[in-house]
Amino acid sequence: MGARSGFLAAVLAAFVISGLFTGHPEAAWPLAQLDDYLLNILILAGINVVLATSLNIVNGHTGQFSLGHAGFMAVGAYGSAALTQINGKACLAALSFLGPCAQGGLFVCALLFGAALAALAGLAVGLPSLRLRGDYLAIVTLGFGEIIRVVFQNTEAVGGARGLTGIPPQTTLGWTWAVAALCIYCVSALVNSTYGRGFLAVRDDEIAAEAMGINPTRYKVTAFVVGAFFAGLAGALYAHLIGYISPEGFTFLKSVDVVVMVILGGMGSTVGVAFAAVGLTVLNELLRQAEQYRMVAFSLLLIVLMITRPQGLLGGMGRFFSRKGGNP
Amino acid sequence: MLPLLGVFACKKSPDAGSLDVIPVGEFASLTGATASFGQSSHKGTQMAIDEVNAAGGVLGKKLKLITEDDQSRPGEAATVVRKMLSRDKIVALLGEVASSRSLEAAPLCQQAGIPMISPASTNPKVTEVGDFVFRVCFIDPFQGTVLSKFALSKGWKKVAVLTDVKQDYSVGLSQYFKKHFTANGGEIVGEQSYSSGDKDFKAQLTAIKGSQPDAVVASGYYTETGLISLQARELQVNAPLLGGDGWDSPSLVEVGGKAIEGSFFSNHFSVEDPAPAIQGFLKKYRTKFGAEPDAMSALGYDSAMILVDAMKRAGTSEGPKLKAAIASTKDFAAVTGKITLNAERNADKSAVMLEVKGGQFRYVETVAP
Repeated sequence: MGARSGFLAAVLAAFVISGLFTGHPEAAWPLAQLDDYLLNILILAGINVVLATSLNIVNGHTGQFSLGHAGFMAVGAYGSAALTQINGKACLAALSFLGPCAQGGLFVCALLFGAALAALAGLAVGLPSLRLRGDYLAIVTLGFGEIIRVVFQNTEAVGGARGLTGIPPQTTLGWTWAVAALCIYCVSALVNSTYGRGFLAVRDDEIAAEAMGINPTRYKVTAFVVGAFFAGLAGALYAHLIGYISPEGFTFLKSVDVVVMVILGGMGSTVGVAFAAVGLTVLNELLRQAEQYRMVAFSLLLIVLMITRPQGLLGGMGRFFSRKGGNP
Repeated sequence: MLPLLGVFACKKSPDAGSLDVIPVGEFASLTGATASFGQSSHKGTQMAIDEVNAAGGVLGKKLKLITEDDQSRPGEAATVVRKMLSRDKIVALLGEVASSRSLEAAPLCQQAGIPMISPASTNPKVTEVGDFVFRVCFIDPFQGTVLSKFALSKGWKKVAVLTDVKQDYSVGLSQYFKKHFTANGGEIVGEQSYSSGDKDFKAQLTAIKGSQPDAVVASGYYTETGLISLQARELQVNAPLLGGDGWDSPSLVEVGGKAIEGSFFSNHFSVEDPAPAIQGFLKKYRTKFGAEPDAMSALGYDSAMILVDAMKRAGTSEGPKLKAAIASTKDFAAVTGKITLNAERNADKSAVMLEVKGGQFRYVETVAP
C-alpha cells in the first residue's frame, strides 16, 4: 500500500471505530455544529458519491451500459432493513454481547448484509445477461431493475406498495463518508491494479482483449458484482437515513439520476464522477430558490455542460489523478 | 467542499426567529408526477393563511407560510422538511397529499416536537408514527367501507376489483373494500391488477367480463381510470365503476368522456352540498383563483384552518401545547365536514358519494362514519 491508500485506510478505521462506539462519529468533529438540513445534504451527497462511483465501474471503466442501479440499491435497502427493522429486536438481542456497540454493530452487519445481497443479485443478473452488449444490455438491466422493484411492491412482508416504516435512522455523516471513501478507494485500487487493466481492455476492444487471453464475460461480471455491492451499501445507507423506504423510491428514474452523474463527471474518471455526484446534489439544493423553474434550470445546466464538455467534467483528464500515469 | 458549505451557511432565512410572524411550513408536490394534487392543496392552504392574515392574524401576529416543493420524488420530502425545521424554525407543518412522502416527514416532525397535519394522506401508518402527527382526511379503511356499504345498498352482490399495485393507496382501498364486502354477504368475482402508467387494460378487463360483475371497483387514480372506463365499454363491460377520492380530477371526464358516465366514487366533499361552510369556501376560491376547487384544495384549506383554530385555543404556537390543542379538536366546522380528531389522530367525519353525470360530479348521498 502506498502512502495515499495508507492514509485512506487510517481515516476509514478512525471513522468506523468512533462510529462503533458512539454511533455518531461526527460528534467529535468540527462539523457537529451544522444544522440538520446541511448535514442531510452532505449525507445525501455521500450516498450519491457511492452510487455514482460504483456505477462508474460498470458504465465507465468496463464500458457496459447498465440502467439497473436503482434495483441493486433497493436490494441493499430492503436487505439491511430486514435486519434492523423487520427482525430488529431479535438481531439486537443476538448482538447483545457487544454491549454498548450492539447498535452500531448491528448497523454494520445490516450494511454488509444488504450489500452482500445486492452483490448476489448482481451476480444473478450479470451471468446470463453480460454476454449481451450495448443497447441490449441496457434493456436487460432496465428490465431487471423493474423486476426487483415489482417484487418488493408485491411482497407484503416488506410492506408492499405501502413501504416499510420505522427503520432506525442510524446513517450519520461519518458512516456515509466512510463508505464513500471505501468505495472510492476500492474502485480506484481495483481499476489501477494489474487485474483492473482487464476492465479497460474490455471497454476499449472486447475482441482484441479476448485475443490477448482475457475472458470478457468474467471481467464484466466482476465489475457488475462490485458495482452492485456498493449500490447495495448506498441503498442501505439511504434506508437508514430517511427511515422509510417504498418501491417508489427505486424506479428507473433513480437509475437515470445516477447515470447522469457518471456521464457528467466523465465516464471512467473516478474523481470526476465523485465530484459530479456532490455537485449535482448541492446544485439541486442551490436551485431551490428558482421554485418551479428549478428543473428547467437544472436541465439547462446539464445541456450546456454536455455541449461544452461532452467528455464530462474530468473525462480524459485521468492522467492527473492516476498514480500509475495510465487512464484510470 | 468547504466553499459550498459557506454558500449554504449564508442562506439563512431572514425571517427565522423574527418575532412578529409565525412561520408555518408546507411541503407539497408542486411539480412532478402528482403535481395536480400538490398545486390544489397548496392553493387551498395559501388561501386559508391569507384569509387569517387579512383578518388580523393569530395571537397578535401574522402567519408566514413557507412552501417547499418536493417534486413528487421520494427522498426529496425528507430534505425539504429538514430544511424547514432547522432553517425556517417552523412551528407547525402542513402536508403532504401522498402518504409515502408524509411518511418521510412524520418521523422528523415527531422527533423535533413540531405538530404536522396532513391534508390528504390516507395510509393508516402516517399518524401511527407518533402523537405529533395528525390528518384531516378519512383513511383507506373508512373509504373502502363506504364504497362497500354503497355497493351493498345498491344491491350489487358480485363485484370485481381492479387494483393499481403500484399505489399503496389503491392497494389499501381494495383490501378494505374486500374485507367489508365479503363480511357482509357480497362476493368478489374477480381480482385484477395493473401498474400506474399502464395504457392497456384489455387483458384484465376481458377476464373481468367473464365473471359478469354487477360493478367494478377501480381503486386507482384518475390517470388510469379514464382509460379503464373507455376500454371497458369497448369490451362491452357495462357494469358501473366504483372508486375513491383518487378519481377527483377534471381529467377523469376529459379522458373517460361518455364511458365514465354512471360511475360512482367517494369523496371528501361535493361542490353541490348546500352547507354554508362549503358555499362560502367555493365563492372565495372562485374569486381568488378563477377555478373550481377540488377535494385537495378543500383539505389543504381545512388543514390550515384546524391549525389556526388550535393556535387560538392554545394561546401559543409552542409545540407540545399546540399539539394538545390540535388533538382536542372537536366538531370543527370545516369545508369537508364536521371534523373531530380521534385518539388515533385521524379525522372522524363523513364521506360523500358522487356520480359522474353529464360530465359533472353530482352529489348522491352522504355516508356517515
